[in-house]
Amino acid sequence: MSEKKKKTSSIMKTEARDAWIMMTPAILVLLAIAVYPILRTLWISLHEMVLTDPGSGYPFIGFQNYLNIFKDERAITAIIFTLKFTVTTVVLEFLIGFAAALIMNKPFRGKGIVRAAILIPWAIPTSVSALMWKFIYNDQYGLFIDILMRLGIIEKYQAWLSTSSGSFMALVITDVWKTAPYMALLILAGLQMVPEELYEAAKIDGANVFQRFFYVTLPTVKTTALVALLFRTLDAFRVFDLISVMTGGANGTESVSVYAYNHLMKFLDFGYGSAMAVMIFIIVFIISLIYMRVLGDQITDM
Amino acid sequence: MQKKNGSIITKILFYLFVIVFVGIIVLPFFWQFLTSIKPMAEISAIPAKWIPSSVHGQFYVNVFEKHPFARYLINSFIVATTTTLLSILIGASAAYALARLRFKGKKIMLMAILSISMFPTIATLSPIYLLLKDLRLLNTYAGLVIPYITFALPLSIWLLTNFFAQLPKGFEEAAAIDGCSRARVFFQIMLPLIKPAIFSVGLIVFINAWNEYIYALTFMTNDLMRTVPVGISLFPSNYELPWGDMAAATVVVTVPLIILVLIFQKKIIAGLTTGGVKE
Repeated sequence: MSEKKKKTSSIMKTEARDAWIMMTPAILVLLAIAVYPILRTLWISLHEMVLTDPGSGYPFIGFQNYLNIFKDERAITAIIFTLKFTVTTVVLEFLIGFAAALIMNKPFRGKGIVRAAILIPWAIPTSVSALMWKFIYNDQYGLFIDILMRLGIIEKYQAWLSTSSGSFMALVITDVWKTAPYMALLILAGLQMVPEELYEAAKIDGANVFQRFFYVTLPTVKTTALVALLFRTLDAFRVFDLISVMTGGANGTESVSVYAYNHLMKFLDFGYGSAMAVMIFIIVFIISLIYMRVLGDQITDM
Repeated sequence: MQKKNGSIITKILFYLFVIVFVGIIVLPFFWQFLTSIKPMAEISAIPAKWIPSSVHGQFYVNVFEKHPFARYLINSFIVATTTTLLSILIGASAAYALARLRFKGKKIMLMAILSISMFPTIATLSPIYLLLKDLRLLNTYAGLVIPYITFALPLSIWLLTNFFAQLPKGFEEAAAIDGCSRARVFFQIMLPLIKPAIFSVGLIVFINAWNEYIYALTFMTNDLMRTVPVGISLFPSNYELPWGDMAAATVVVTVPLIILVLIFQKKIIAGLTTGGVKE
């Protein structure tokens, strides 16, 4: 008995040893190019470090950069804008994606074409889709205004991208266009894991459409949907390419990433820019924690 | 009878929905394509002229003559391919260990990898910039592949772990009884089995690397070293907005991607839906 135990434990030991050996290259690489930079960003954020002013000697100033964020009206505006953008786009993408997935969750002719079409907005660079839509929103010869005029919805030419609400709408539509199909695809995959018999059984038990949705469909796609939501929320909060190309942050559309980027790479204010970056990192971390809490152990139960 | 009527109406409504859904997705591309072949004057026609009166290829010539667009394509291809190969090479063995070997600290490792894949690019931008500057790697391919590994490696590990976990259990025990070493099990049994999945993961990582914007914008400041997404976005100058050129460039980069997606859609979807959900 104890002989056998010993043997199992020695197998376990070699297994663990082999596992760490096999993970070593990846761990070393990630420590060097992901963990170290994050720590260095933290360190830089505690210093006054403007690259154009090396004479300052880059002194240590503690949390001064962080305190400055709260006094910086433009930073606060950027945070509020980014939260608004994140909530609006993620909610719309989720609702549209979920609805489209529910409707298309059955075999039909042309499913392959639909799937390919869904993947294309996901596959093209965000900067390219931003340029495409910027042209569509052109105030005189853009497609958007042309369609609205032809349908008689508006009567006068409007410069969408020169007002704050117009820019916000333009950014949201472009983002939803790019990611709602992707959301539909993921939820569709989750829906296909719901066994048909389950619906039949629920039907026999007298469950109506809504009961079937809430008690059969939702619990089965919950994990897929939450993971998709988590990644979308993080992506939306980090938004940079879309805004940088489409509005350049004008008309109150400056996201936190765009604002931090300007401080880092335009003003070369690495200290303050890094503090902003760390703050983005912390917010992203909190968002993840909230989702993880809801997801529970499902994510690592493999 | 009534039921049949109802089902025909549902069918029509269903296909109407599908057509509108696909139509909205495709319309911007279609518009770009039309713009790219229009004569210059018709691009700025008011009201917009949908169908060009004649077909022009001038914008396509401009894309390659007025801008180093061929260079952008080559740069993007080299960087995305190298990133993909490296991250799968380093990631596969780690993914195998995480999916199939028993050891303490597995959950923590998985969480750590997932967290790294969630790092905002902006949070690592300045230290990597300083590092590349010190190593004189700004405006080099290596200088872009290194930061790209920060998102490509966790993504590869995460996706491959899910695929390895799906393989039937018991291979390891059988191999151990036959006296196979861990290395042999990995290289001769597991890798061949996972080959199709590696391809799926490779495609997704490639597309992610191809589309990356912030690092490429920051670390490749020499016009000849720019990648496609950044290169196109810098077409507009202070003097003009070359909509025709931009439309033609969009078509040039989108068509290969559409072909890629049409051929490999099943593989891409398999990769995207295996628990790893990353844009």
